Amino acid sequence: MRLLSPIKDHHSERRLFIGRVVIASVVSFVLLGLVTARLVQLQVFDHELFAEKSQGNRVRIEAVPPIRGLIFDRKGRVIAENLPAYQLELIPEQVDDIDDTLNRLAAINLIEAADIPRFRALSGSSQQFKPVTLKFRMTDQEIANFAIQRPRFPGVDFQPRLVRHYPYGELFAHAVGYVGALDTNDVQRLELARYAGTSHTGKTGVESSFENDLQGYAGYRHLITNARGRNVAANTTELLDSLPTDQTAAPGSNIYLSLDVDLQQVAYNALEGRRGAVVALDPTNGEVLAMVSSPSFDPNLFAVGMSKDQYNELQNDLDLPLFDRTIRGTYPPGSTIKPMLALAALATGATNLTRKSICRGYFQLEGNEHRYRDWKPNGHGPVDLHDAIEQSCDVYFYEISNDLGIDNMHEYLTRFGLGSASRIDILGERPGVVPSKEWKRNNFRDRDNQRWYHGETVIASVGQGFMLVTPLQLAVAAGTLGNRGTRYRPHLVAAVEDTLSGDRVLVQPESLENVAIDNSFYWDFVLEAMHSVMQGPRGTARAVGTGAPYQMAGKSGTAQIVSIAQDEKYDAEKLLERQRDHALFIAFAPFDSPQIAVAVIVENGQSGSGVAAPIAKAVMDQYLGYGKNATP
Amino acid sequence: MAKMRLREPQRLFSPGTPPLRDFSGIVRRFNIDGPLLSGLLLICVFGLFVLYSASGEDSHLIVNQAIRLSVALVAMLIVAQLPPDFLRRWTPWGYAAGLLLLLLVLTKGDVGQGARRWLDVGIRFQPSEALKLAVPMMTAWYLHDRHIPPKIGHLAMITLLIAVPTYMIAKQPDLGTALLIAASGVIVIILAGMSFKLLFGLGALTVPGALVLWNFMQDYQKQRVLTLFDPDSDPLGAGYNIIQSKIAIGSGGLFGKGWTNGSQAHLEFLPERHTDFIFAVLGEEFGLFGVLGLLVLYMFVIGRGLYIAVQAHDTYSRLLAGSISLTFLVYVFVNTAMVTGLVPVVGVPLPLVSYGGTSMVTLMMGFGILMSIHSHRKLLPH
Repeated sequence: MRLLSPIKDHHSERRLFIGRVVIASVVSFVLLGLVTARLVQLQVFDHELFAEKSQGNRVRIEAVPPIRGLIFDRKGRVIAENLPAYQLELIPEQVDDIDDTLNRLAAINLIEAADIPRFRALSGSSQQFKPVTLKFRMTDQEIANFAIQRPRFPGVDFQPRLVRHYPYGELFAHAVGYVGALDTNDVQRLELARYAGTSHTGKTGVESSFENDLQGYAGYRHLITNARGRNVAANTTELLDSLPTDQTAAPGSNIYLSLDVDLQQVAYNALEGRRGAVVALDPTNGEVLAMVSSPSFDPNLFAVGMSKDQYNELQNDLDLPLFDRTIRGTYPPGSTIKPMLALAALATGATNLTRKSICRGYFQLEGNEHRYRDWKPNGHGPVDLHDAIEQSCDVYFYEISNDLGIDNMHEYLTRFGLGSASRIDILGERPGVVPSKEWKRNNFRDRDNQRWYHGETVIASVGQGFMLVTPLQLAVAAGTLGNRGTRYRPHLVAAVEDTLSGDRVLVQPESLENVAIDNSFYWDFVLEAMHSVMQGPRGTARAVGTGAPYQMAGKSGTAQIVSIAQDEKYDAEKLLERQRDHALFIAFAPFDSPQIAVAVIVENGQSGSGVAAPIAKAVMDQYLGYGKNATP
Repeated sequence: MAKMRLREPQRLFSPGTPPLRDFSGIVRRFNIDGPLLSGLLLICVFGLFVLYSASGEDSHLIVNQAIRLSVALVAMLIVAQLPPDFLRRWTPWGYAAGLLLLLLVLTKGDVGQGARRWLDVGIRFQPSEALKLAVPMMTAWYLHDRHIPPKIGHLAMITLLIAVPTYMIAKQPDLGTALLIAASGVIVIILAGMSFKLLFGLGALTVPGALVLWNFMQDYQKQRVLTLFDPDSDPLGAGYNIIQSKIAIGSGGLFGKGWTNGSQAHLEFLPERHTDFIFAVLGEEFGLFGVLGLLVLYMFVIGRGLYIAVQAHDTYSRLLAGSISLTFLVYVFVNTAMVTGLVPVVGVPLPLVSYGGTSMVTLMMGFGILMSIHSHRKLLPH
């Protein structure tokens, strides 16, 4: 054991140490002296003030929730508003027996027994004077019923509050979204000072993505309350003077959408409740004009609160009403990509304007028996590129697919915005897939699966196989075609308005990288073919386009979701309804200077030109002023 | 040297004397320091009374606290039996083990309330507690056979010894504990005679240091600092605690509202009233005199600790005893200053009074070391 080392001088060391201890003691006295001085200040000099604050009349701070910003359509019609409604509230510190009170409220059907544990937990929070909302909107009958029994429920009362209301109901349920009660996730995520007194927050769509603009800032006011938490009038001026100043709440900003209520209505009606989606946008600036996912649901259910059963019913519905098909539904694009592939093939030299194929109704790779079928069993006969688009000949594209190659397809389709998020201004978008050799290498484990096969290029040329896109991406692609390659980022919000000053900040169109195909004759050729699809003598959708008062262009798609065994006839009757082909259509109009681009998908609709094209036409009619009840 | 006694090395049961002959005999045999123990017990008993009121007269909670207190006292007694030389020899190992545990926490620890502080090895505990003793022990060990006052190079080495665990704990994040641990190490250096010129020089560096720290802080911690300067700016959020605790203390006046009569506490206006903010309950119910009474008890314990430090015979014991006593002062100061609104709300409990057992055991073990240092003094050649 080494007690000492020879260099140490113990006496001087100890002297030094004692000196330091003396200094430390002085510092200690100073520190505790500070605390003592503070205590004297609080308990002697300011005693009166604090005594008044704590005894008898107590200062209570009440949050004043901000008014949530409104949401309008492009013509200033209200899509989301705040309506006064009576809500049932419980103030924990005024209730002697919370369990008993909740049970008795359930017994008279004002609350559901299943919610009691949640309310009990809420009532246990630290700030006992804060009201807990038991029911967000009471019906007149419930108010009458409760009013008679109110004396039996001390600490429970109904209060007028603003509740979010969506006058168009299910029409904008996905795009605009809804607000719902704050949950524990929100509480961790949000800046709570802004939410004092607020019970709801945006959960989906614009309501969620623009929460920061819509919410505003909470204010607060100081109340003088007695021991039971009730407000009492201030009886002394000193007491009033001792109150800190109140702060008014700052309302949230209003939001103007580029959506059009009438157009949305037409699109929604045209879908007739079938599973599907419609997206329409202005190709000259990226403004989304209509955005419908069907079937839909009533967003007011979320704002007001619904029972567990109601929620489970929505959640478990096979038709997925809560699912936003416009940005989260991914579908094989089918033949809708043919105009884009035609441009790619022209630009890369994989085909030319005069090349012809003889379509016999099927295509075979060399040395392989497998028949890749055309949709027309007996074939189209001799077709050039124009015919191949107009009549949607699959065999022509099968034949050029090898020369074009999957990586060129990937390159050009990606330039049109397929297979990657469009960066629209609401959250939750899915990217989809446009496959390439590299994609396959990175996304499969198995060596054999990582390899790209010839046959996969063949089916990719008609938008089948791995390819998956969203209706929104298709609408952007349709607009880009109509615009000859000029692209804009799609957006729903057109302007944000400061509620107090009325100043509006307009959202500027944001250009995206153009689809660079320099030869304008290629564009003329392909767009003319799309024109023929709708208004040519042999176009697949001529039944829809012929006789229209304006010129339009489009492309149908019918996407297989079930593979058909060789030599088995496609028989819609035999397939279950949910295994039938998806019907797709993209279109833009007017042909010369497009103002609207549309993408339609009807799940299991079987025929792109027969089922999806009329929906696209109805939307374009409405927007261009030829609708049934249009106001041009 | 006035009070020097020559004694045999301590043995718990020496065969010569009959066991339990008289009280002072027991006290001496178990290496207990009577004045220190009395001071501590008085604080604890006073604390239990306050806690009973603060908890809303919850006897179950009092029993819990009493059990923890007993465990802590036993821990103190056990530590008191370990001679300082023994402690010193094991110090580096303890320090290394502490660092290892911290490393485990950062990689494998349990997350609670947004921070990774807990380690679960059969029982859940916070390794940062162990560092509260390990850091001052390590710094004292390092200085033990080096020149006093320490040279620059040694100071740099010590800074590293303090900074590493501090950084790891701040990373958890547990800024309160990190600062306390850094303080316990820095106190050792100051007691060892670090030149004041250097100290103030470094003190001047704290301004840019504070800016760095500000960037290191989580949003809720920044909020606490901002709220300190203007609690009314956020009366429902971070400022609520301070506003309510000032009302509680201020309304207590000179003599208080009486035991279990505090309206702030009993009508549940005061948050965290039986943990970090228990000092406000004391102020409300026992008034200025009650509060000063407790502060005097604390001063007595700290004074006794410093006395033991001055009496100690070797560098290690001296520095360690001084650091333990003064760190205790830092605890008392930070908590009382926080509750009265002098410093930001950092989660430091009022030592020996706040409800909760984790830090109590560490504190008592620290006092056990003080007792051991005092009763194991040796007659040294001068």
